[in-house]
Amino acid sequence: MIFDCSSPDQLDRLMWSLCYLSNGKHITFYYSILKVLVLLALAAPISIGLGLFLAMLAKSDISPIKLLGKFIILIVRGIPDIAWFMFFVIALDQGLEWVRHITLCPDWTEPIRQGADFLVCEKAKLPSNSSSETIHEIYGFILAIITFSIIFGAFAGNIFSGALEAVPKDQIETAEAYGLNPRQIFWRISFKQMWIYALPGLSNLWMILIKATPLLFLLGIEDIVYWARELGGAKTPRFTEYPHGDWRLWYFLFLLIFYLTLTKLSEKVLDKLTRKLTYGMGFSGENFLQRQ
Amino acid sequence: MRNIFFMIPVILLGYSTAFAGDTIRMGTEGAYPPYNYIDDDGNLAGFEIILGNELCARANLTCEWVKNDWDSIIPNLVSGNYDTIIAGMSITAERDKVIDFTQNYMLPRPSAYVAASEDVDLSGVISAQTATLQAGYIAESGSTLIEFATPDETISAVSDGEADAVFADYDYLAPIVEASNGDLMFVGDQVVLGLGTGMGIRESDTELKAKFNQAITSMKEDGSLNKLLIEWFGEGILTY
Repeated sequence: MIFDCSSPDQLDRLMWSLCYLSNGKHITFYYSILKVLVLLALAAPISIGLGLFLAMLAKSDISPIKLLGKFIILIVRGIPDIAWFMFFVIALDQGLEWVRHITLCPDWTEPIRQGADFLVCEKAKLPSNSSSETIHEIYGFILAIITFSIIFGAFAGNIFSGALEAVPKDQIETAEAYGLNPRQIFWRISFKQMWIYALPGLSNLWMILIKATPLLFLLGIEDIVYWARELGGAKTPRFTEYPHGDWRLWYFLFLLIFYLTLTKLSEKVLDKLTRKLTYGMGFSGENFLQRQ
Repeated sequence: MRNIFFMIPVILLGYSTAFAGDTIRMGTEGAYPPYNYIDDDGNLAGFEIILGNELCARANLTCEWVKNDWDSIIPNLVSGNYDTIIAGMSITAERDKVIDFTQNYMLPRPSAYVAASEDVDLSGVISAQTATLQAGYIAESGSTLIEFATPDETISAVSDGEADAVFADYDYLAPIVEASNGDLMFVGDQVVLGLGTGMGIRESDTELKAKFNQAITSMKEDGSLNKLLIEWFGEGILTY
């Protein structure tokens, strides 16, 4: 510690605040901000990848694949986020453990479900009981990223299929006239031009993703909402060096500012991106932004 | 960061299981001083953390602590996310249907009302934590119950005037009343609920239950449990 925080009750206001804001508990709080940013940084590209994949499935000429793509998009979009979160994370975790149980412990004879208990052999536990709490937390976090990516991937898939439709028909016809085959038309004409049509939808989705990050809290991941609530709660002198009243208002105000800043920054970046993507497309980025 | 990416395949493929030993994961809430709470350094602390570590040492188990919200503390035990609950949980017949309990490590403790003034009407609005004995008691007492996810919020509800009084564990309330400089006070009669505080364990985990029962018995016999209880809850606590 840079400051001398050995007896906080003797310190003046400024030093007290500095000491308070740099104690171990607050460091964990700052670290949880990083968690949110990492979630965004990973979930967004994975969602886009998955969205493209789903859009291509839904556009396929082979009808079972087409149906499958449409079905996945429909199911994920139709189910409330929270219900999906609750169900999917538990189902994924237990599903993985079940598969590992069957492959790793073939001699196990007892049933997996005994009353309310879900039991798999020691080796099948994911992560294993002996791994540290950090690994358990990382595992939970990975499950969360997968869940976020699937939900937002399905929405992105819908946006992409719309964007592919929006590419002017004349362009496709011209490409055909030049003798391009369907594959070439898709990759060189439709795929390249759809981004600008997808962008308004995608930027909207990104904003919703930012707002949805506190759902981590529901998954038992100690994110910024958890720590804001924990730190803001009134503290009695017996259990802390820094007793204070109910400060939840201030901590939640901080969350508000954090999320607003993130939104504002995103808006700026997305505006730039729009300008870049519309470059040389017959209509300028400026016009496109105004048209929206 | 590289380590994390390296660990993903390791976790999924199961090489991490090489050291499967006697590691027991202990679930607690971390929001219920003096039973369990998070200290200034961000680590778990409290009576049950000291007790749990001692019990694990006596039972020759390696223990790892896990924080979990009170709301989902039982579901996560039965689905195997951790192996015990040690979170100031009272033994009740209702909980005993879903999970098992060790013998108690605290005798039944009184619950009490705390309000912002002496003349408050206890048949009015009372706050309590969700899925607790106290919430169940208030629901049946005829008062209006408002529930909160954390114990901390039940107190704030009284300070804000949202509730007339809070009904909770006496031991949780005492340090708060003491620190409030007279703003909060005990009112009404105390009520003793439950069969004491014990560790929650999966019904199928009889072996683990036996180990902890034995460790608790040994702590009761050599007086170390009594010493610990007095240290954390004061001289007034009922000892074994």
